[in-house]
Amino acid sequence: MSTLGFTDDHEWVVAEDDGTALVGITDYAQEQLGELVYIELPEVGTEVEKGDAVAVIESVKSASDLMMPVSGEIIEINDELDGDPGKVNEDPMGAGWFLKVKLSDDSELDDLMDEVSYQEGLE
Amino acid sequence: MTDNDEQLLKTALYDLHVELGGKMVPFAGYSMPVQYPMGIMEEHKHTRHQAGLFDVSHMGQVRISGDNAALALERLMPVDVVNLGEMKQRYALFTNEKGGVMDDLMVTNAGDYLFLVVNAACKEQDISHLHQHLGDDCEIEVLEDYALLALQGPEAGAVMARLAPKSQDMVFMTAAQIDIDGVECFVTRSGYTGEDGFEISVPNKQAEQLARTLLVQPEVEPVGLGARDSLRLEAGLCLYGHDLDTETTPVESTLLWALSKSRRADGERPGGYPGDDIIMSQITDGVSRKRVGLKAQGRMPVREGAVLVDADDQEVGVVTSGGFGPTVEGPVAMGYVKTDYIAIDTVLFAMVRDKKVEVTVSKMPFVEQRYYRG
Repeated sequence: MSTLGFTDDHEWVVAEDDGTALVGITDYAQEQLGELVYIELPEVGTEVEKGDAVAVIESVKSASDLMMPVSGEIIEINDELDGDPGKVNEDPMGAGWFLKVKLSDDSELDDLMDEVSYQEGLE
Repeated sequence: MTDNDEQLLKTALYDLHVELGGKMVPFAGYSMPVQYPMGIMEEHKHTRHQAGLFDVSHMGQVRISGDNAALALERLMPVDVVNLGEMKQRYALFTNEKGGVMDDLMVTNAGDYLFLVVNAACKEQDISHLHQHLGDDCEIEVLEDYALLALQGPEAGAVMARLAPKSQDMVFMTAAQIDIDGVECFVTRSGYTGEDGFEISVPNKQAEQLARTLLVQPEVEPVGLGARDSLRLEAGLCLYGHDLDTETTPVESTLLWALSKSRRADGERPGGYPGDDIIMSQITDGVSRKRVGLKAQGRMPVREGAVLVDADDQEVGVVTSGGFGPTVEGPVAMGYVKTDYIAIDTVLFAMVRDKKVEVTVSKMPFVEQRYYRG
């Protein structure tokens, strides 16, 4: 079973039973940023803490950080984004995922919002 | 809504921007559209392929009149205003005592008066500067109740010809009093995108009507400040407060073309403007740093503030404007480097998030200018 959670900074986390999680940005976030031109991802193997700025999301106008919603080790990154950052605009919750992390502290998942709370927060 | 938002000024087109879905942001004290639903990338490309309509009413519009207004204005700028022909427009700079730039502006000889367009963020300073130095000789009128629209792009000429046939007589950097679909406007054939286009000064009361008339033309889409910035950057045009400032002279900014021959040391009316000694000696003796264009490989934008180093990690300059050029389809930037490094194709490195990104000194503009010269 997997669980979906959200942060105030408009990141999503899908946590799996095997202790790993996928991380990306929400549809609201990609819409606010506009068409993306470049995404800089961290290296596989990097140990990251919750709150660390691990990726940079560049639009025509500005650069923004992806803040880690959870702590752990980066075990995979979405290489497809290197040549085609537009995947994040087209499918932010699917093909536009950023990275996969091996969680170091499962309890951090409890701090995330569920989808209903996140959507309510946008209104 | 915060207090800050409430204090923001609105242009005559504010309601139209909101109706069009404009994303409103604070800019120079105004609430302005940074983009519309089309998005910066597409708005930029639309302007390069067809025509974009920009609201630039936040900029200052000033009329200066008086018997010797042109000669008086020359006291503030290294530019020939006296011999600026009627209905001709010229790029100009207000300089300070250090030879730095207080603002860059457009000056048009409108016959009975000089028409100035100054930057939004500088307009209060500029107006008091004009009052202080020209107040005894000239009448200075700030056009608070006028909007300024810019129609830019390769189809701008066709759109204007349809609505105002008289506009077909205009070439780049000329002006005319023109009736556009029943609205009396003061129009110049100029802009800030590198494309052919017009800037249209229109009374606030008729601004929305005119904007709607332009927007129903099939070639025209509304374009926000985001694309305005990427368009001017690709066109190699300076943004005041970034590429130009009070500490940087026009010689360093490679704006020598804007310093009129008649105001140089061997000209008819040499000097006589703030910082003239410094600027004239720099024209003769050269400067230690200059503005250059920069291109990077790959797609990662190099932005303002990035330090430039050489292969040995020695600091040689700084980026003053940078971003992703939608038409160039890659990162473009400009910055200041030591004059040993200004040659085209010089390889430098921009420090971006502690990483060295290779950049190449490149010719500007990054896209071909397509002004209409007749």
